[in-house]
Amino acid sequence: MSATAVHSLWTTAAEPITKIDAPKFEYGQLAPTLIVVGAAIVGILVEAFVPRKSRYYVQMFVSVVALAAAFAAVVALAADGYGTTKARIAAMGAIAVDGPALFLQGTILLAALVGLFTFAERRLDPVEHGNRVDSFAAQAASVPGSESEKAAIKAGFTTTEVFPLLLFAVAGMLIFPAANDLLTLFVALEVFSLPLYLLCALARRKRLMSQEAAVKYFLLGAFASAFTLFGIALLYGYAGSMSYATIAQVVDGTVQDVNPALADTMGNDALLLVGAALLVMGLLFKVGAVPFHMWTPDVYQGAPTPVTGFMAAATKVAAFGALLRVLYVVLPGLRWDWRPVMWAVAIVTMLGGAIVAITQTDIKRLLAYSSIAHAGFILAGVIATTPDGVSSVLFYLAAYSFVTIGAFAVVTLVRDAGGEATHLSKWAGLGRRSPLVAAVFAVFLLAFAGIPLTSGFAGKFAVFKAAAEGGAAPLVVIGVISSAIAAFFYIRVIVLMFFSEPRPEGPTVAVPSPLTITAIGVGVAVTLVLGVAPQYFLDLAGQAGVFVR
Amino acid sequence: MSFPLLTVTAALPAVGAIATAAVPAAQRTAAKWLALLFSLATLVLAITVLVRFDPDGERYQLTESHAWIADFGVRYELGVDGIAVALIALTALLIPFIILAGWHDADPLETGSKRWRPTQGFFALILAVEAMVILSFEATDVFLFYIFFEAMLIPMYFLIGGFGDRAHEHGEKTAATQRSYAAVKFLLYNLAGGLIMLAAVIGLYVVAGNFSLTEIAEARANGSLDMATSTERWLFLGFFFAFAVKAPLWPLHTWLPNAMQESTAPVAVLITAVVDKVGTFAMLRFCLQLFPEASKWATPAILVLALISIIYGALLAVGQRDIKRLIAYASISHFGFIIMGIFAMTSQGQSGATLYMINHGISTAALMLVAGFLISRRGSRLIADYGGVQKVAPVLAGTFLIGSLATLSLPGLAPFVSEFLVLVGTFTRYPVIGIIATFGIVLAALYTLVLYQRTMTGPVKPEVAAMPDLRVRELVVVAPLVVLLIFLGVYPKPVTDIVNPAVKQTMSDVQKKDPQPEVEAAK
Repeated sequence: MSATAVHSLWTTAAEPITKIDAPKFEYGQLAPTLIVVGAAIVGILVEAFVPRKSRYYVQMFVSVVALAAAFAAVVALAADGYGTTKARIAAMGAIAVDGPALFLQGTILLAALVGLFTFAERRLDPVEHGNRVDSFAAQAASVPGSESEKAAIKAGFTTTEVFPLLLFAVAGMLIFPAANDLLTLFVALEVFSLPLYLLCALARRKRLMSQEAAVKYFLLGAFASAFTLFGIALLYGYAGSMSYATIAQVVDGTVQDVNPALADTMGNDALLLVGAALLVMGLLFKVGAVPFHMWTPDVYQGAPTPVTGFMAAATKVAAFGALLRVLYVVLPGLRWDWRPVMWAVAIVTMLGGAIVAITQTDIKRLLAYSSIAHAGFILAGVIATTPDGVSSVLFYLAAYSFVTIGAFAVVTLVRDAGGEATHLSKWAGLGRRSPLVAAVFAVFLLAFAGIPLTSGFAGKFAVFKAAAEGGAAPLVVIGVISSAIAAFFYIRVIVLMFFSEPRPEGPTVAVPSPLTITAIGVGVAVTLVLGVAPQYFLDLAGQAGVFVR
Repeated sequence: MSFPLLTVTAALPAVGAIATAAVPAAQRTAAKWLALLFSLATLVLAITVLVRFDPDGERYQLTESHAWIADFGVRYELGVDGIAVALIALTALLIPFIILAGWHDADPLETGSKRWRPTQGFFALILAVEAMVILSFEATDVFLFYIFFEAMLIPMYFLIGGFGDRAHEHGEKTAATQRSYAAVKFLLYNLAGGLIMLAAVIGLYVVAGNFSLTEIAEARANGSLDMATSTERWLFLGFFFAFAVKAPLWPLHTWLPNAMQESTAPVAVLITAVVDKVGTFAMLRFCLQLFPEASKWATPAILVLALISIIYGALLAVGQRDIKRLIAYASISHFGFIIMGIFAMTSQGQSGATLYMINHGISTAALMLVAGFLISRRGSRLIADYGGVQKVAPVLAGTFLIGSLATLSLPGLAPFVSEFLVLVGTFTRYPVIGIIATFGIVLAALYTLVLYQRTMTGPVKPEVAAMPDLRVRELVVVAPLVVLLIFLGVYPKPVTDIVNPAVKQTMSDVQKKDPQPEVEAAK
């Protein structure tokens, strides 16, 4: 302190207050997420202020417009070159705007839009007390079987909160694969997970099962989040930064400006390895890879089927996007360490999912295990660590999500007195009774099985090709073997539908409204188009295959 | 751009399938006629292909090439050589007979749901199979071939599992169970084979960078594409496994007897005479051309397996109690001959094998379809339930006899020529195997003649006493096949002329020359 600085006895001149720069946000580039978040908040206000009767329509309108507008924003950004040449990091380094992010955001938004149609379906359940009802509980807060529940049903309450919940989940999913620092990643994870936990608990029928599913999902999800958070903390300890790019630089040893306060602790490999392992573990939980898959069958079975379809499609897209970015942007320097582990995970995921699925007797559980097997196939593409690997995974995710939503939408149609008839034995002879519905479901199953001329085959071929080129030929062989195993249970369902005698007391196929028809129709169309003429979409995924760092 | 004849030939039955499927539920007869019409139109196109094909011209003719999935290095490439032309003609020829023979096979028993349309489905599926089979004969892009090789399993699967013989000795419920068992077995065997092939297809891409058969074969020939010996062998095994399941070769054959036994006779013909030919055809076209060294390396093992197929199939055929199962095992024996002819690596052997594919198609169709007519009359597939049929239904018995004699390769009937060529071709290079294979013919005489004797001769069983003879529709099916059998038996030159140049090409791919006769070599 120099004497001149003293201008009185009691005070000393502070250094001039350096202005804290106002954070600069590129609202245009963040528009997709902002639109969805905004619409979700509007949705909450709608719940508060709009009369109960008209909430459903207003919510539908807000959600559809928001998702469509957000998708338009993604397309506009991509057309502007943000996916390729103008790829950059926005929001003070928190969010990447690049090819993979835009491609995945577009996929998530479309999947959410189609999923929304199944959410809004009100023709399937029988009319209760003169009110059309959807798949969600009349009043989530009332105890199942209680008087208050009966009263709520009688009053014709519906849980229109599902629409803003869906939008919040979508908002989190949009950020998740685009997050460019670990804290944003974690916040996005929570933002999309919490609404999903809630949505899982909201089934109108079989409410206890639904609530059980939600609790399981929540508890295990909380564990996984804790792991993720701990991993993030350790990585911060290792690199002294949350930013993907800085961590990657520290891993590579090319970091430029080291904060002297952190120099001593930086670069501790134990922190890096444990931190990376915990972080990846959290992501693998969301993906549903073995051995972090335990929640999948229970949650898929218990959740309301439209939620299951949406969750199975969109969560997988978002989580694989985040996993790709973490592995390719943050930890490429560590790939000799993570590749063997991911090899093992991919192998047990493919084989485990396929083998356990054989013994399932419930269609939703079967699809859950099948989704696990598919996670394994996608992991094979992730392991390729080539640009082709990235684009093949992107393509697979897009193809898979529409098949999944379509398949679960068909599941909502097959019903008996107790709601959806998900036990496989009840599906016997469905092909005789409703050939069209059975044929559509068969198309989805064949796509899951990866039969040529469906999107499933194109996707599977893309990831296996990338894996083989990336030097993972044994993974391809195991993938092919587990595909053969998986084919068995998909075929079994087809046998049941077409070659078994219908049961006299079997389920009926409800006639859906145009909403579900649209969802299923889009699913079939995408499945066939991506199967027969995938080139355009492969190009798109190929252009989107480079991460910004 | 010239007229895309090959595409249209394959697309026409596909369009026919969609059109047939779209016929309203009540208009069952219209659907049948529509399907027949489309199959006949396809036959006309196939004959056009045959006429426009110049046997002495370029190797692949009528070629078409369009970009398809650039990311996978896949092009939509079609082209036919002599072998493919002959097999396309066989396919297009047999489908109208299959449709006619199955005219009443898919009439619904009871009037179920209004939307349930088994008849339309049956004929649409047959046409769909035809379209995919023709495309897989035409494809000169490995990936394109693979797609249709795999995709044809789905319609086939529904044909096997969805439609069976009207009458069944164990009642409809057991029949349905056994049918779906057979269909699942068929699908799983072939799908497993196909998926193993998928791994090899991906491997081929990694090695070669594209899927064009002509480009890869050329690059292999002029040495610009070098494959490590072990890589080539693994890829060869991947491809061969799939084709051997399809063909079917012992010990991967067990799906065939189930599938043929449980499906209706026309569908059984579709399996063995049409679809299975894709397997043997693909061995010639893909295994030998893409992996010549590995093919030579594997030859001894494959010949032994083929030999086992010949003898084992024939022995099991002798012991069968079920007519259709017997024909299935006979087919396994015959596929052994075809594969033996291909891998004997002599031009007689391969010409013989190609000719054998054609002749086996026609003779099995004749035998199986007549057997189907017989079974539909009595409502039983068991040989023991028949006796003395030739007294009540002489025409039926006569055509059955010709079919049986063709199956045992009687001189004067078409299969004799091909079987002789295969045996000669094998003998010049592998005399011991040739000699053992000859016993297959002796066994063939045993199983076909015993079958004929037990069902057609002897005292008339009371159950068959009122059996009507062949109807006009059935005669229309059988007569042309019998004529063809006799014609090609006496004068096989039209087929061999088309096939031989293509076989020479294949032989030069594997760089094999026919062994010189001993006498000359001694000089």
